[in-house]
Amino acid sequence: MQITMTVNGTDVTNEIEPRVLLVHYIRDVLRLTGTHWGCDTSNCGTCVVLMDGQPVKSCTVLAAMADGHAITTVEGLATGGTLDPVQQGFMEEHGLQCGFCTPGMMLTARALLDVNPHPSDTEIRRAISGQICRCTGYATIVRSVHWAADHPAGLTEADAAGGDPSALDDSAGTTTEPGAAAAEAAQAIPAAETEPEEVTA
Amino acid sequence: MQIPAPFEYARADTVDDAIALLSRHGPEARIIAGGHSLLPMMKLRLARPEWLIDINDLYELDFVLRDGDRLRIGALTRHTTLLESAEIAALFPIVGDAERVIADPIVRNRGTIGGSLCQADPAEDLATVCDVLGAEAIVRGPSGERMLTMTEFHRGAYETAVAPDELLCEVRIPIRPRSGSAYEKVERRVGDWAVAAAGAALSFAEDGTIAVASVGLTAVGLDGTVGAVTELLRGERPGEPLFIEAGRLAALAADPVADQRGPIDYKRHLADELTRRVLRRASDRAAQSAGATGHPTTPQEG
Repeated sequence: MQITMTVNGTDVTNEIEPRVLLVHYIRDVLRLTGTHWGCDTSNCGTCVVLMDGQPVKSCTVLAAMADGHAITTVEGLATGGTLDPVQQGFMEEHGLQCGFCTPGMMLTARALLDVNPHPSDTEIRRAISGQICRCTGYATIVRSVHWAADHPAGLTEADAAGGDPSALDDSAGTTTEPGAAAAEAAQAIPAAETEPEEVTA
Repeated sequence: MQIPAPFEYARADTVDDAIALLSRHGPEARIIAGGHSLLPMMKLRLARPEWLIDINDLYELDFVLRDGDRLRIGALTRHTTLLESAEIAALFPIVGDAERVIADPIVRNRGTIGGSLCQADPAEDLATVCDVLGAEAIVRGPSGERMLTMTEFHRGAYETAVAPDELLCEVRIPIRPRSGSAYEKVERRVGDWAVAAAGAALSFAEDGTIAVASVGLTAVGLDGTVGAVTELLRGERPGEPLFIEAGRLAALAADPVADQRGPIDYKRHLADELTRRVLRRASDRAAQSAGATGHPTTPQEG
């Protein structure tokens, strides 16, 4: 069957089997591998993407069910090479260790801040309660979301000399590893192997 | 990698369209709404439908509407909507109690009340909620609409009275004055099924005695409400000795099995303790509801 949806602002159309799960469509067809595929049972939450702005577990949504909807993956968080404040928060507050849960955590955080710009600790913890960090780095994840809430415009020049988020690894003293991972995640990978057709979204 | 077996997919535009698709494709067709029960079962081949009829476009089934002395809830209403509805919170606080512990916030964005009831998992929280609230299910098929009590609706584990060519469209809950309700669940971790849970709904008569009472249990082998507790409470004044006795009767009515979530004795203990707790809280809420209106004969406005 043919499906068409908007992924990170780009219309994509593909011929798929109805049984293809959204997570595999995103990773294997669109080659957007920032969305991680974890438990396969809607428990771990690493596959979370935004569907019409709302977090969903893409291992338990059929790609066919997303037909006609707007999907945001972690690759869609950054705009024009500038990291989303949530991504910056994860860098500033060491919100990731191994990075496996990070894409889902960041998208849930983005959706939370969109409706609740100043969440409490409890509200953040509740929002991510369906997601598992195997490094158990929840405290820093919560701090990262707070950082994003406190910096809705992201990093300013006052926060880091030069103001270029990509310079953070050197200037802000964050460890190279998470910084590099987040920067990598920020590179919006275009839907390379798809042929965007102008079909209604 | 867990992938469902092959199937055909169709998206319904209207309720009639969904029913026509169900009629055309027969008993091997299944409705999919949130999909968070059905898709995991399909991955494990515990379910293997030949057709999936997607009803997520049926916005006509996504509503919460007060209609006289009934609250009408569309079958496609998401758990998140139920949890965030101020009207439901005011009228039936048991729904919020249960929704807060159903799966997790992200799953609740997708899952629906209709899907939960039709999945009919023995550990399904909303089944108990609808039981104790005396809800009715509105089911539509090729020959029209019919209304089922929850007793008629439930047919045991993973089975309901909804025929293969029928669609659950709506749940109606009676609004009673001076009422309170509560739900409490013990789970091993966020998002897990209940080890055990209990729900209660109480309505007081004008003289402060209990006019209507029901207690239901989740995941401990009891279908419907505990008849002995309803009998015990009716006409009595609420109080701790009464609730202790109700807990004892609920534990007796429970018929749990031992599994990885706990042994039988523990689950019976939970049935007892949770019954007391929900009765206390439902009673307090009913008293507040009666006090808040200032007019004991009118229901609390949502």
